[in-house]
Amino acid sequence: MKKTNVIQVEDLTKMFGDFKAVNGITFEVKKGEIFGFLGANGAGKTTAMKMLIGISIPTSGKAHVAGFDVFTQAEDIKKNIGYMSQKFALYDDLTVKENISFFGGIYGLTKARIKEKTKELIEDLGLQEVSNQLVGSLPLGWKQKISFSVALLHEPKIVFLDEPTGGVDPITRRQFWEMIYKAAHDGTTIFVTTHYMDEAEYCDRVSIMVNGKIEALNTPKKLKEQFQVDNMNDVFLKLARG
Amino acid sequence: MKRFVGFIKKEFYHIFRDTRSLFILFGMPIVQILLFGFAITNEINNVDMAILDHSKDATTKEIINKISASKYFSIKQILERETDIEAVFKKGKVKAVLNFETDFGKNLIKNHQATVQIITDATDPNTANTISNYINSILQNHQQEQNKAIHIDYVIVPEPRMVYNPELKSVYMFVPGVMTIILMLVSAMMTSISITREKELGTMEILLVSPIKPFQVIIGKVFPYIFLSVINAVVIVLLSIFIFKMPVQGSLFLLALESVLFIISALALGILISTISATQQTAMMISLMGLMLPVILLSGFIFPISSMPLPLQVLSNIIPAKWFIIILKGIMLKGVGLEFIWKETLILLGMTILFIGLSVKKYKIRLE
Repeated sequence: MKKTNVIQVEDLTKMFGDFKAVNGITFEVKKGEIFGFLGANGAGKTTAMKMLIGISIPTSGKAHVAGFDVFTQAEDIKKNIGYMSQKFALYDDLTVKENISFFGGIYGLTKARIKEKTKELIEDLGLQEVSNQLVGSLPLGWKQKISFSVALLHEPKIVFLDEPTGGVDPITRRQFWEMIYKAAHDGTTIFVTTHYMDEAEYCDRVSIMVNGKIEALNTPKKLKEQFQVDNMNDVFLKLARG
Repeated sequence: MKRFVGFIKKEFYHIFRDTRSLFILFGMPIVQILLFGFAITNEINNVDMAILDHSKDATTKEIINKISASKYFSIKQILERETDIEAVFKKGKVKAVLNFETDFGKNLIKNHQATVQIITDATDPNTANTISNYINSILQNHQQEQNKAIHIDYVIVPEPRMVYNPELKSVYMFVPGVMTIILMLVSAMMTSISITREKELGTMEILLVSPIKPFQVIIGKVFPYIFLSVINAVVIVLLSIFIFKMPVQGSLFLLALESVLFIISALALGILISTISATQQTAMMISLMGLMLPVILLSGFIFPISSMPLPLQVLSNIIPAKWFIIILKGIMLKGVGLEFIWKETLILLGMTILFIGLSVKKYKIRLE
């Protein structure tokens, strides 16, 4: 395994009965890279991602995440990754501070560290005035940013984002991508699924899954050249329609 | 361990910030026990009745006085003709009418026999039966007093004695039942709802991806409810002791242990329900229909199991509540120790282990 590869996947397959949800995918993600993981609904993106974050056991193949084997070292993987889903799952009936200290706690951060991180996070996001408010009362865009920051709380090597920008406005999306860039700049690897093709353009490299297989994998620029189109949207449409 | 403490803290925030669940948790036991204790009762008190006295002599007057002196009846109306009986029942003013025949007193002396008709409103058959029994016993009592002077060669004197609940207080029967229902409701329904809520909100996914172990999540989820259920059990026992004057005959320690065992079995059922339901509403419906109804109908709480049809009697055996009620009645009313209820305890323990095993297995499958 090369040092720079934080995710290394080889011929990874997941079967549900006779159905091959993920059909022998192979790829690698480098440290600090923003890796876009695209595909239509039902293409197998979520299943593939679940195997990588250690909550689903692959049927066959090989995969290492943050240097750990997904078959045998799922618990070590969990300690080294962050995860944020499309639901921005924070607890609505807990305040911003309580959410931060709860998630810090389950990742095993010390009290002092949680305190430090809470202060940092609240200052970075400008949440001083709402830090003692229940999360349920905050607008969606704020929840999303807090959720992302919470996923980074324990300084994971890789952060997995499952359609993180669903349902938020373009300005907030833009701000959110700035946060992603900053995290990548700091050395965190970003693994992101999305349905927004403009977001795909922001990624360093993009893979597109169709029917359980990775049909294309390259930088957005090279993909556009390869399919002789102007934007990622057309790349996606060409592939997904077959 | 530190993770675990943080988790439990979070659970308490959830519970205390949700007024609806707070009400279910603490309001429900109190409301139910008071409701069952005061309102729903098999005893009769101050039943309104009417008298139609065709005879109006010394004997009937004496009997009427006796009845109105008892705390069970209050005489609301004196009727004049037979046709009034129907009318007074239809108006729903009285529950019973006593109809003395003409020359009641004379007949008694002349023929050694006289007739009085007890008419009760049997739209509520249980109450009608009880009323009729009470009036009967007042009449018999009167008869015995009159016959004291007369010598009869032999006489059978039945002396019924109701043991463990000599005053036949229905609260004695309801307390164990209500306690069972409450513990079942709080433990099973609340945990299943609280676990499915995490699933619904998507936070369960976040927890599964985090280093916290699935069993820690489950234990963290149920722990607060063990604590709250124990508080509930204590409140119920205190209410029954101080408000309904129902003493606990047996060991309080044994009572506590058995209650914790039942609470754990209910919690395991709650976890099991949460593994098969995707939303909070499903969890609630399954808990209500799948647990509450059998607990109320088949546990022997209200309807005696021995008078059920055979298939239902067999079915009642798989309901943990049935065994818990037997245990509770044993400890609270009869004051027995473990040597008399070890069989029931063992059954309950077996069920608990089975539920825990099943839910752990189910939960693992779901992780797949």
